Parts: sequence; structure tokens; C-alpha cells
Amino acid sequence: MTNSIGEIKDCDYLFVIGSNTTEAHPIISLEMRKAKNRGATLIVADPRKTEIAELADIHIPLKPGANIPLMNVMCNVIIEEGLYDKEFVANRTEGFEELKEAVVNFTPESYAGIIGVPADVIREVARGFAKASSAAIFYTMGITQHTSGTHNVLAVANLSMLTGQIGKPSSGVNPLRGQNNVQGACDMGALPNVYPGYQAVTDSNNKEKFSSTWGLEQSAKVGLTVGEMMDEAHHGNLKALYILGENPMLSDPDISHVQQSLENLEFLVVQDLFLTETAMLADVVLPGASFAEKDGTFSNTERRVQRVRKAIEPLAGKADWEVIAEILTRMGYPHEYCSASDIFDEIAKVTPQYAGISYSRLEQGSLQWPCPTADHPGTVYLHSGKFSRGLGKFTALDFEPPAELPDEEFPFVLNTGRRLYHYHTGTMSRRAKGLSAIYGEESIEINPADACRLSISNGDMVKVSSRRGSINAKADITDRVPQGMVFTSFHFSEVAVNFLTNSARDPIAKIPELKVCAVKVEKAC
Amino acid sequence: MADTVTLTINGQKVTVPAGTMVLEAAQQAGIDIPTFCHDPELSRPGACRICVVEIKGWRNLPPSCVTAVTDGMEVETESDAVVEARRTILELLLANHPEDCMTCQKFGDCRLADYAYRYGIRNTAFIGDKTDFPVDESSAVLYRDMNKCVLCGKCVRVCAEVVGRNVYDFTSRGFSTKVAPALDVGLGEIDESGCVSCGSCVAVCPVGAIVEKNMIGKARPWEVKKVKTTCPYCGCGCGFDLNVKAGKVIGVTSNPDSEVNGRHLCVKGRFGFDFIHSPDRLTSPLIKKDGDFVEVSWEEALRYTTSRLKEIKAQHGGDAMAVLSSARCTNEENYLMNKVARVAFGTNNIDHCARL
Amino acid sequence: MADITLTINGQKVSVPEGITVLEAAEMLGISIPTFCYEKDLTAPGACRICVVEIKGWKNLPPSCVTAVTGGMEVQTESPAVVEARKTILELLVANHPLDCMTCEKSGNCKLQDYAYRYGVTSPTPFEGEKHNWEADDSNPYIYRDLNKCILCGKCVATCRAVEERNVIDFASRGFNTRIATFMDTELKDSSCVYCNRCVTVCPVGALTDKTLMGKGRVWEFEKKEVTCTFCESGCKFIINYKDGRVVGVTAKEASAGRPLCLKGRLGTDLMNNPDRTDLPFINRDGEFVEVSWEEALGLGNIVEKINSLKK
Repeated sequence: MTNSIGEIKDCDYLFVIGSNTTEAHPIISLEMRKAKNRGATLIVADPRKTEIAELADIHIPLKPGANIPLMNVMCNVIIEEGLYDKEFVANRTEGFEELKEAVVNFTPESYAGIIGVPADVIREVARGFAKASSAAIFYTMGITQHTSGTHNVLAVANLSMLTGQIGKPSSGVNPLRGQNNVQGACDMGALPNVYPGYQAVTDSNNKEKFSSTWGLEQSAKVGLTVGEMMDEAHHGNLKALYILGENPMLSDPDISHVQQSLENLEFLVVQDLFLTETAMLADVVLPGASFAEKDGTFSNTERRVQRVRKAIEPLAGKADWEVIAEILTRMGYPHEYCSASDIFDEIAKVTPQYAGISYSRLEQGSLQWPCPTADHPGTVYLHSGKFSRGLGKFTALDFEPPAELPDEEFPFVLNTGRRLYHYHTGTMSRRAKGLSAIYGEESIEINPADACRLSISNGDMVKVSSRRGSINAKADITDRVPQGMVFTSFHFSEVAVNFLTNSARDPIAKIPELKVCAVKVEKAC
Repeated sequence: MADTVTLTINGQKVTVPAGTMVLEAAQQAGIDIPTFCHDPELSRPGACRICVVEIKGWRNLPPSCVTAVTDGMEVETESDAVVEARRTILELLLANHPEDCMTCQKFGDCRLADYAYRYGIRNTAFIGDKTDFPVDESSAVLYRDMNKCVLCGKCVRVCAEVVGRNVYDFTSRGFSTKVAPALDVGLGEIDESGCVSCGSCVAVCPVGAIVEKNMIGKARPWEVKKVKTTCPYCGCGCGFDLNVKAGKVIGVTSNPDSEVNGRHLCVKGRFGFDFIHSPDRLTSPLIKKDGDFVEVSWEEALRYTTSRLKEIKAQHGGDAMAVLSSARCTNEENYLMNKVARVAFGTNNIDHCARL
Repeated sequence: MADITLTINGQKVSVPEGITVLEAAEMLGISIPTFCYEKDLTAPGACRICVVEIKGWKNLPPSCVTAVTGGMEVQTESPAVVEARKTILELLVANHPLDCMTCEKSGNCKLQDYAYRYGVTSPTPFEGEKHNWEADDSNPYIYRDLNKCILCGKCVATCRAVEERNVIDFASRGFNTRIATFMDTELKDSSCVYCNRCVTVCPVGALTDKTLMGKGRVWEFEKKEVTCTFCESGCKFIINYKDGRVVGVTAKEASAGRPLCLKGRLGTDLMNNPDRTDLPFINRDGEFVEVSWEEALGLGNIVEKINSLKK
């Protein structure tokens, strides 16, 4: 997030795209309600009529994958009507002419069909966004889990830069991160192309810095992403994999492929709380410690570094960091960490954004990075006065339809997401009695018109198949999904929707297109 | 309008911004006035009257939560008239309150009990009917006993004003008044009640009318050690207190000092913790021998793991190895996984599930 | 002494011969409720709340007076045990005032703890007559409300342990049984010296230290163990703080001899005495005048003196 959660309530124009905020980020949705109660305008673009969509002043039920057309049309209107922030565009950005040219044909009339609202409504939204004293965009996987994921994000950036709605309070671009510490894992360099603090491995200065800090010559070759690891394992090039607290056997697209890949490894180590679907395939399983059993920090979606405090002793006797540190030692790289705090001090040394943070400061309260020095108060919103690259660059983008669209054989679009009561692959939430009692069984949402056509009644078992596999689930007939779409979550192994999903990936970010694939739906016998 | 106002509370001079209520002015001076219906985050009905004070020159005893300060005001928060009024209110409440403090989950953190103790209300002069509402046990996570409700209305307001669900409202009149979901359905009938089980009503309830079901019978508030930590679910990063008794996490309660969320949590954060003590938890390392997992010691597991990894590194090189780190583990652990990949393995093959 | 091996709740344990089942369970960290049992007093085995189930035994014996034997198989929370305990608690709660809200013992009351533990709440199946005795508020030190007494008898036993005291004993029979002084007088007219041993051992709210009444709930107190400095006995006691202020003193435990006499307990009154002054006085022309510490100690111009030395 370029803004903070605390700024949301003061925002005048909230543009939520591809985020089921009330279910996936309930506490952020409370802040959105506060803004709305204050009189702010809420626009929600989502193919499904989610709760936040029902709360919206305008719900834009765009067709799956139509994110770039929507953004481009808004830019078109804003440029056409001269509503863009000329000063901001002139002083803080480059590439405006290219953008102008790229969106010239994106008139509201020509794209109203796939955007799902009349041209005038799109105009109204564009004007409102441009004119608002503060406007912020909120998005999640609804725009990123597409083969055009990176471009979708750039399209969002275009819109906010064009209107100057970034780099000031309550105005900015706000991806809401889905997992407790996905921000932190990225910050810490659990990525194939960067060291901690987003320092590129290809940069020779960084390579040198980390070679000397860690005492080992570093490789400048960008590593493999998750999906690529699976491919390489499948080809037999990847021999060993060490998985910490992840369950790709449920979370990753095209599970059959994942299974073959993991089985093809020579050696698989899995460290987890439970014997997950993935751990079942391992050669060695190391018991993990839950968040209650260890000290550490999580970094939330607004870059806020917060303490995790040990409340009870680790059930298996060791916190995860102790296990990893011991593996490092036994591999020939002894460590000197006596506590999680010691590790954090090393993090602060090599990560510029975290340089001013320490456990003793965190005892006084959390801090939002960048926090470069020990007396820096942390950063509430990003890009004030200057973007990280200097000038903000507009990107000319064109509509790129999803990789797999419905056809005669597979006439439905399958959309996937999250439920309020569960989390990721359900290893934690499904073992919580209260949550399971409230939501103990997954179903698949289907529009009443489609259900009627296929003679499916509420609660019937249906078989949903794609080119990659099929699953059975109970039908939940609801107009939350539009005609031609079915939806379910990936929380339940009984309804392992990722047997169906398409592993086609965005060429830049390598994110799989989990939001769109073609399926057929039949009544199960 | 002047920016600040100076008044006297219990003989103490206090200067506060104009528009401050007497209650908050007193709080700033370190003077505690009891409240039931007042909550700084919610609208102010001024309904329960327990916060009344005496102000020189005023004929009635105004509720301090909705009485704005004025210059030169002379306030007494514990005068005889005030204490008598409070005692009468408490006696009336106690006259229709179940006497099961022994087993009430709220006891130890109950405002009614605290104030009864503070004002020494041993017996009530108002013996009469007692309500006999059925307890609502329909929710999987919340236990509602409306016989204990003092009708402060905070649950109604927090649900409407903060959570936006409008699940509750006052129903019926007079003695029969009761807080209930629409059509008096059980809270657990979520399709009708609209409850999302976030438990913000538990966080504001001053008495034992709404309590966390999973904590009933597990511990009294005073036996619990509270450890402030960060939620392991979504990316919001909510803070809360883990409640620990005898080395076991028995519940989650709000910590008002949480920067992101204050007292509010979602159903996962508040009620999704029992995976910690799930019988499915792995407590010993496992090595697969002839297709079956065998429990082994840490020493054996780590020795075997590192020797296999070293072999593969020697045979195929670091780029034939990879690390899949975790968006659910701590920064410290992710950093160390970095070193496993980039130092111990000697490869940049490290990723996690950011894309999922 | 030889060790004996027995099983408690499925756990094998080796313990010295001669100890009781209750003590053996304690060694395993298994808590068995007790009312009348007190480590340093003779166990009467009267209250029956500590009953357990032993394989092969026909009755449920009280664990506080049942010695361990080899191979014994004990269950401390079997359905039969829990049912017996619940019945005992229901009978006690049926004749107990339900004023926990204002009872000083709340938070440290065994009856309350066990009622919570076994889910026994009012109304019980045994609703009937309740005592309505007047509380003994005759003296400044001990408040006696015998309506709350569960007749465990520990106050009687501990009083008897003090030489030449024996102030109280059981009086009357059946439902009317009560703990009374000689001739059932108020405490002030008895030979009681307010050593408070009885208050220390009382498991419920029948005996209360009056100096602590209304000062706060036990869970609000911070506790600090100190040794009394009034006489040479060196009693250990606990100072109770609330919001950083001393509110009272409680005895650590009723060990042999007096755990804490009246002097020790009253010392705290001096700490918060409003007549105490924080500042020194100087006698000026026959009158004491309150002055600052600097003045009293002659440190008034110390900074100047230091500065002059520097030069």
C-alpha cells in the first residue's frame, strides 16, 4: 500500500477493483465503511456482487479480465475532458503522450459492453475520481492473478498518476496483501530476483555488498519462481527443495502437475505445522512452530512492522528460526543468533528500509518502512514529492484477453477467491472449531439462470471440469455470480479447485491466471 | 469560541479543549467516572445514567458523557447525591441480574460487579420479577445470555456504526426490552441474523451478556496471562492479546492499543486460533523410510537433512536446489531462508507464495 | 523409605511410601480440589470434595487421608468422581449467599473456583432454607460472616495450634452447625488476639481481613513477599499493592507458630497515615517549621559551591 490503513477513513473517493474486501480484509473494509459514513464515494469493480459491491455507490460488474479496458477508458475520459492533473503530469511523470495515444480509442461507448455499465456511468466514475480531493485505488488478486497481471497494475498506476491521486494523504495505489507476512517475505528477499530490501541480484553493487556481508560469493543469475521450480523439477533439473510453511499441493494452479513435479525431486524437505498434502510427499518433515510459539515480526500490507510475541513454548521444542539457523550451521555456515532480535539486527544492517527499526523501538509501537534511521518516525504514505525511480512513467497498454476463454465445450468462466471464514489452504482455519462449525463445507456459486438451464437445484452435487481436471462440489445458487461464471475458494482440499485452474502465467511477474479459466458444469450423478 | 475551557473537578483545576465532555475532562485529570453505555468510538446516547455528576448551580445530576464543559464549571464526581444516584441505578440493575458470578465467564472483568463492589451494593431494595429469557447458544462462537444484559446498547451501536452489519436492535418495551437480531432469531442462524461472528459486540459488552463460547470454563480473567501479538491470517496485521493459561492458548481478546484495528477483529482473528493445540500438530520430525513416515529425533532429522542436501549440492550444484519460503512465517525466518538459498545452497532459487 | 509405584489418570508415578493419594497427585501436577485439607494441619477427611476413584474399591475414598499402595490405579476426574464433587458443591451453593460481586474473597475463593471448574451454578437442585445469621462486625480486624462458612473446620484447627488460644469450635448440630466462640459471643468478647491465622486458612469468604475490605479485588493486587521487622520472629508476609499503593498485608501461610501477628498487619497503616509528612522540620524559635530537604541538610547552595570549586 502506498497509503496507510488509517488514512482510508479520510479518503473521499474509493475505487476498489478486484478486491472482496469485506471477506478477505475485513478490518480494512471497516475503514472503508467509515469513509462511506463520512460521505465518501465508493466504486467497486468486480464481476461478482460481493458485499462490498452491494455497499458501493456504483458497482461495475466488469467481465473477467477487462481491467485494462476499464482503466484505459477512465484515462480516455479524463484526458478528453481535460480533468487530468496537469501540474502533476508535467512535473512528476513522463510518457504522457504515449498514454494519450494508447487510450484514444478506448471510448466509453466502445467498451461499455465488457465493462458492464453504461458509458455515462463510466464517465461519471472517471470524473469523480479525477475531481475528488483525495482518491485511492484498492486492489487485490482480482487484477493481479491474470496473464496480464503486471499490466493491470501498471494501468492502475496510470490512472492515479494521471489524476495526481498519489503521493499525498488518502490518495494512492493500494494493493491489499492477502497473507499476514507476504509483505515481509518480499521485503526479506524471499524472491528469486532481489536480496532483502528489493536490492536486485543482477546489480553488481548489491552482489558485492551481500557477498561480503554473508561471506560467500553471490550469483548474479536470477533464480526460479515457484511455478518455474515446479517446471524444472518436472524436467528433472531441480533436485532438492526445502519448503517452509507452504502447501503448493493445494494453493498452486494445476495440482496434478505440482504433484508430478514434487514426486520427481530427489529430496524434498517440508517444515510445517501439519502433515499437509505437500508434506505427505516429503522425504523429511520438520515440525513447525505456530505464531504463538515464537518471537519475530510480521510486516503488514501497509508496510507496518509489528512484533509477534512468544506466548507458549514450541510444541515440537524448537521455533522455526532455530531450526533454519541450525541447518545453516550444519551446512557449514555457523550463525551467532541467540534470539529473533539478533536476526532482526542483521536484517536492519542489510535492508535500507528497515535500517532504523529494532526490537527495542518496536516495544514502543510498530513502525512503517521506509524507516532509514533510528530516529526516523517511519513512513505513512509513499511517493510524496518523488517516485522511487524519479519520474513516474506512464505505460501504454492494450486490452489483453485472458489466456483461456470459455468455448463451446467449456462454456463457463471459473473464478476463484477467498471466504471470510477460512484462509489459504485451510491448514489453520479448518482446524478452528468455531470457523468449521460456521463454514464447514465448500460449495460452488452458480447464477440462478445457469442453474435453471442445467436443471441444478440448490445443494445439488455438481461436477466442474476444465481441460486439466474435475472436482465435485455442492451448488450454491446465487446471483452473487453473473451468468456464465462459477466461483469457489481454494480453502478446501475436498473441493481442490486448483485441479482445474490454468497455470498460464503473466510473463513478467510469473503470477498464474487463477481468476479465469474455462470450465464446464454438469450435475454429478 | 475559546479554544480551551478551565473548570474544577473535585476541587482540582482542569483545562481542556472547548467542546470536551465532563467525562473526558475528568479522565484527563485521572478521575474515574463509571460508565456503562458510553464508548469513545460510538455515538453517545447518555442513557445509562451511571456517569451522572453534580455540577454547582445545576438542578439535576447530568450524565457526564454528554455534558460539555463550560468555563468555571464546578463538578463533583463522587458527592453524596451522585453516589446515592449511582447506588440506586446499581440496585435496580442488580434486582434483575442472575446471581451466578461464581460461574459467569465475565466475572473479574465485569463492570456491573466492579461498580457493585465500588459502591458496596450487597443487597437490593427492589426485589421483583426477574427476566427469564432463553440463552442464545445458536452461534458457534458467541454465547448470549440476555438475562445478564444491562441494555447499555453498545453491541447495537458497534454493530451498526463500526461493523455496519446492523445485526442487533432493541426489541419490545419496558421490562421486556431485550437486544435481539431481527425477528429474534438465534445469532447463529447467520443467513437470517446477518452476523459475521466478528465479536466486536463481545469486545464492548460491559457485563456477561455476550461472551466468547470457546473460553467458557477455560479460565477466569485473573488467571490469564495476556500476550500482545500480531494476527497470523490476512495482511491487515491486526493486533490482539493471546490469553494463556498453564502453557495453553485458551482464547483471543481485543487489545485496544492495536494500531491497525483497535478492538475490532474478524472471525478468523478472534476465533481461529485453536489450530495451535490441534491434535494434528506435528511434534516430532519425520523421515520417510520405505514409503512410511517414521518419527525421529531432531538430531537425526537435521543430520540426515543436511547430509542429503550437501550430497546433492556436491553432485548437481546449488542451482539444482531451491527454497520455497513462507508468507506466513516471520521476517526473521524468511531472512534466514534467504541465507539457506543464497549462502548454504549458493543459488537465487528462492520464492514464496506471494502470487497466490 | 521404599518407593511405591502407582498409576494416576493413566500416568505411572513412583512416590515414597506413606504419603497420601492427594500428595502423590500433586507431585504429578494433578490438582485435586480440597476444602478441609491443609498441609500443616491434621487432615480430618471431612469435606469429601477430594474423593477419587480407585480401581477395585467400592466407595470413593477421600484422597487426603488415603495412603498410596503399590499398583493402585487412581482416577481423579472420572465421571463418578465429578458427579460426587458436583453434588457436594450443589449442596454447598444451595446454602451460600450469592453476593460474589461484593464478596472480598472473590477471585481467591475455593468454592467459587470449584463451582466454575465443575459448572455448578445457582439455582441448584437443592434449593431450600438458607442461613440468615447476623455477621460479626464487632471488632476492627476480622469480619465473620458465617452464612458463607462451609464448615471445613480449618479455622478451628489452626486456632488450636496456637498455645493457650482455642478460641473457636463447632457448635450446635445438623443444619444449625456453626463455628462459635465460647458461649457464642462476638469475637471482641472472646479471647481472640486477632492473629488472623483463621483468616489465612479460610477457603471461602466467611472470615475476612477487615483492613482490606473495600480496598480492591484480589486480582487487582500486586503482591510482594517480605519479612516482618517488628519483632525477632521474622514472619514472612505479603504486601498487597494496588495502583502502586500499599493496601494491606496478608500472611504467607499458616505455618507452625503465628504466621503474622496484629502488629505486622497493622504496620501498613503507618505508611499511609495522613499525619505523615514527606518533608523535614526545623525548630525555629521553639516552633517546628516545615522546610525543604535542601535546607534541612544544608545543601541549599551546593551547586554554587561545586561551581566555585571548578574555578
